[in-house]
Amino acid sequence: MTAPASRDVVVTGLGATTPLGGDAPSTWAAALAGESGARTMDNDWSETYGIPVTFAATIKEHPSEKLSRPEMKRMDPSTQYAMIAAREAWQDAGAPEVDGERLGAVVSSGIGGIWTTLDAWDTLQERGARRVLPMTVPMLMPNSPAAYVSLELGAQAGAHALVSACASGAEAIGYGIDMIRAGRADVVVCGGTEATIHPMPIAAFAASRTLSLRNDDPQGASRPYDVDRDGFVIGEGAAVVVLESAEHAAARGARVYAKMAGVGLSSDAYHITSPDPEGKGQVAAMRRSLADADVDGAEVVHVNAHATSTKVGDLTETRSIRTVLGDDTDHVRLSATKSMTGHLLGGAGALEALFTIKAVHERLAPPTINVVTPDPELQVPLVRDEPATLPDGDIAAVNNSFGFGGHNVALTVTNA
Amino acid sequence: MAHTSSEILDGLAEIVAEETGLPTDTVTAEKSFTDDLDIDSLSMMTIVTHAEDKFGVRIPDDEVKNLTTVGDAVTYIEGAQS
Repeated sequence: MTAPASRDVVVTGLGATTPLGGDAPSTWAAALAGESGARTMDNDWSETYGIPVTFAATIKEHPSEKLSRPEMKRMDPSTQYAMIAAREAWQDAGAPEVDGERLGAVVSSGIGGIWTTLDAWDTLQERGARRVLPMTVPMLMPNSPAAYVSLELGAQAGAHALVSACASGAEAIGYGIDMIRAGRADVVVCGGTEATIHPMPIAAFAASRTLSLRNDDPQGASRPYDVDRDGFVIGEGAAVVVLESAEHAAARGARVYAKMAGVGLSSDAYHITSPDPEGKGQVAAMRRSLADADVDGAEVVHVNAHATSTKVGDLTETRSIRTVLGDDTDHVRLSATKSMTGHLLGGAGALEALFTIKAVHERLAPPTINVVTPDPELQVPLVRDEPATLPDGDIAAVNNSFGFGGHNVALTVTNA
Repeated sequence: MAHTSSEILDGLAEIVAEETGLPTDTVTAEKSFTDDLDIDSLSMMTIVTHAEDKFGVRIPDDEVKNLTTVGDAVTYIEGAQS
C-alpha cells in the first residue's frame, strides 16, 4: 500500500566528507571518474605494532579545514566528520526554515568515539586520572554525532543514533524516513559517520582476517567481485542527507533530488559475523523495502551493493539480489562503490545511499573499479570502469547495507 | 621554576582561547569565566586540567568554585607554585 502523498519522503540536501573528497560534489565526481581513495598511511603502525596492513582509505580533506580549533578539540573525529557533512547537507537543502520541534537528527556511527576512548585510556595509564579530560565522555559516546548535529541545527523532534555495525548509516536514514511518515518530524537530517583508522581497530579487523593485505597496491586493493579480492579496505568519513516530507519540500519550493520510497529491515539471527549463506535476511530486507516503496522488481534498474570485497560476502549478496528480482536482475546495473571509497563502516550505508540518490537523480550509475577478472559466480550485470546511463521514465534503485551481527537494511530510492 | 603572574596570565589566556575560540587578548584578569567568557562547568574543568599540567600545580575542585575571574585563577596558581 502506498503511503499517503503528504507523508512521502524526499531528499533535499546532501553532504559528505570522504576518502574521495571534502564534500558531496567532489566525492560524487571522483566516484564517477573511478578514482580510489585508498592510500599508504603516513605512520609507523606496522613497525611499532606489527600491524600487517599499511594502507587505508583515509579522509581526503582534514576536518581542521572546515572546523574551528575549539570544535576540533571538543569533538571526536567521528563527530567532526558528521558535523562537516551535516552543515553541507543543511546548506545544500537551502537551510530550510523549520520549527525545531519538527526537525530531527539521526546520525549513526558503527563504533563510536574510539580515538577519544583510546586516547583517554593512554592518558590514564601514562599520567593518571587527574589528566583525563572532562570532555571525554561526551566525546566518546556513540550518540555524540547525533547530539552535536541536533545542537547545531536546533533539532528538537529527537536526536537518535542507531547502531548496527556497517548498516548503521543506512539504518539512520531508514529511521529518518519513519520519523517523517509517523508525523513526528517534517525534516530529518540523517546519515552515518566513522573514524576508526587507529591502530587498535585495524589490528582487530586484521585479526579477524577481513582486511585486504594488498600493501603493494592500495588503490587496487578494494576489488569487489574480482576473483582476486582478498578483503575490505578500511575507510573513514561521513555522509548526511536531508530528508523532508514531500509536502514540506513542495511548500517551500525546495529542489528535490529523489524520493526515499522504502526501507526494509531484517536480522539474520544466524551468526555474529557471517551472513546467512542462503541470504534469507538480505532477501527479506530487499523484499520489505520494495514492498514498502510499492515498487515492482521490473522498475529496479540499479543496485548499490554492500559488496565489501570479501570472498564470501560479495556473492551471497548477488545471489540474494537474483532471488528477489528473478529475471528482472538482468536489467539491473550493479555498482560496488566501496571499490573506490573503501569501507566506511558506520558511514558506509549513508554514503552509498547518497550515491544511490545521485545515481537516480542524474540517471548515472557509478563504476566499480579494480574488476580485472569478474567472479564467474557474479549473477548481476556489473557497472565496470565507466558510469552506466540509467533509463528514462520511472526508475527505482536499491541500496543494500549489511552489518556484523546480522543487520540488513535495504533502502529504495525512486525518481522524484 | 616559578612562573610570574604575567606569565601565568598569558598561559591561561592561551588555554582559554584554545577551549573557547576567543582571541587571547580578550582573556584579561578582570574577566569572569562564566559571565564574560561564557565558560560552562565542563569547559572550566578542562581549563583547570590544562592549567594544572602547564603550571605544575594542583587546583582542588573545592577551590575551582572560588575562581570567579581570570585574575582569581592567576592569583591562586601563583600562590600554589610556592
